[in-house]
Amino acid sequence: MGLIKDVLTKLPTGFATVLKTLKDKPVTVQYPEETRPMSARFRGRHHLKRYDDGLERCIGCSLCAAACPADAIYVEAAENTNEERYSPGERYSKTYEINMLRCIFCGYCEDACPTNAIVLESLEFPTGYTRESMIYKKDMLLESPPISVAATPQRTPPGKYDRPILPYPPIDTAE
Amino acid sequence: MVNETTKISEQALIVENSPQNVVNTEDVQLDITMEQLKKLVSPRALTGETMLLNMGPQHPSTHGVLRLLLELDGETVINCIPDIGFLHTGIEKTAESKNFLKAIPLTDRTDYLAPMSNNLAFCGAVEKLVGIDVPQRAQYLRVILMELTRMNSHLVWLGTHALDIGAMSVFLYCMREREMILDVYEAVSGARMMSSFIRPGGLWRDVPANFGSLVQKILDVFPRRVGEYDKLLKDNPMWKERTVGVGKISAEDAIAWGMTGPCLRGSGVNYDVRKAAPYSSYDHFEFSVPLGTNGDVYDRYRCRLDEFEQSMSIIRQAMKKLTPGPVMTDDRKVAPPPKHEIAYSMESLIHHFKLWTEGFRAPEGEVYFAVESGKGEYGVLLSGDGSPKPRRVHMRAPSFNNLQPLGVMSQGCLLADLVAIIGSVDIVLGDVDR
Repeated sequence: MGLIKDVLTKLPTGFATVLKTLKDKPVTVQYPEETRPMSARFRGRHHLKRYDDGLERCIGCSLCAAACPADAIYVEAAENTNEERYSPGERYSKTYEINMLRCIFCGYCEDACPTNAIVLESLEFPTGYTRESMIYKKDMLLESPPISVAATPQRTPPGKYDRPILPYPPIDTAE
Repeated sequence: MVNETTKISEQALIVENSPQNVVNTEDVQLDITMEQLKKLVSPRALTGETMLLNMGPQHPSTHGVLRLLLELDGETVINCIPDIGFLHTGIEKTAESKNFLKAIPLTDRTDYLAPMSNNLAFCGAVEKLVGIDVPQRAQYLRVILMELTRMNSHLVWLGTHALDIGAMSVFLYCMREREMILDVYEAVSGARMMSSFIRPGGLWRDVPANFGSLVQKILDVFPRRVGEYDKLLKDNPMWKERTVGVGKISAEDAIAWGMTGPCLRGSGVNYDVRKAAPYSSYDHFEFSVPLGTNGDVYDRYRCRLDEFEQSMSIIRQAMKKLTPGPVMTDDRKVAPPPKHEIAYSMESLIHHFKLWTEGFRAPEGEVYFAVESGKGEYGVLLSGDGSPKPRRVHMRAPSFNNLQPLGVMSQGCLLADLVAIIGSVDIVLGDVDR
């Protein structure tokens, strides 16, 4: 009898709780038509950045590859010349590949990069049908140069870009 | 059949008996033999009086790839033998080939419902081994994140546990609330689950400006939500029918089997790592440890639900204590310098390159550091050999120890109750198998 009494007295409390949510707005969104806003720190897909004058930030130091816990990055560096300049300083990355199937999106490459060249920011998600297509090459990672600025390689005056440009703004204080 | 293949492989080993090729034949067997089976099940199973049944590894109620070998007499469970290892990922071994910083993303993936607890256990062990001081602000922020992680872990547990027993709406509500905690994760670390936010020496970065409002939103909303869960389950006669007196384990048994966390406290044993061996300034906070009395599924459920209140109280206290300051140790030998420093300081540049390539070296020695994660005592045994990589990492996973007495708890219960018992011990198979 106790059980029947319980069912009659206690169960309506639960049903009332569920019924009350009828007046609540749905918390779900209709993805992919709608998307939820991402936080400023969201670690999305990688991009290789450029300076405002169109030169690449990446100097081919391979520190991202060394910092990567998943060994997903492969960098091969080559020498810059004033006739064919890709980045400020001595070297640039001739080959830059990220295996998106290995990458765990931990953001260590971003932390390690001394020139803030690699940034995990985009909300587009890497997809593909083959393993080969998931190895992102440099042309897929590098962002396009600013409007009315020549792409790399550029012809630059001697002495102007002998040293790498120091990171600005500092990534660890930018919010 | 199994015995025959074993004999053949033994002969094969005798033929090529070079010392490298000698393999223990016990290790290469793929299935258990009749003799081993006889030790595990009752004699009645061999005559066909009781039934042997596999539950899992693909079963929705085993919370992952857990296989249970059941001996059933009708619907009554005579024996329950958990078979684990289907999700073995070799995380402990992989960590030996990574330096301390690079091993942190691995720890996220053990108990993937409570990544911050795992981060803290590993980083705490590294800090203890190397001797790193953590700034006070980082310690309080760690406490806040730990308690949010506990709530996150309990929410997933409550949702799936209730779903197992048949209460669908609780699952939906728990997932709704969990989103708020995941939003905090995303705001601070940039990832919703694999946070890797806690680093040796402090935190990855300071929390963003909207952290306070996000946490405050949780604190405002949660007490009402927990009240909703109580209305749905606490006095619900159907819930009590399924949980009260089911899966009982005595305090002595629970201790003997090495249970920790709410499973142990449900049996009335007052053991909480936050009280027993305070870490990360937990001794600065006032909170109580909810205890059960009967050690059944219902008491374990009550312990976890009461912990919500305590977690919120700790977060409130910590938010008040929070003062501006650094969140990372200024010891440049273990923590990379702020990145703008490398623009003008050669020393910082060297430290930056050195730490991101080789990492810092830990002295020889062995330490054990435990935290109270949502599931119990999550400890990391770390052995250093003077190199930047650990010699051995062992994770004392609470899910692993809590799962072991499943046979004791489920003896004599109904098959349907077994589902409730598995749910009540709150296992994550990533944590069990590592």
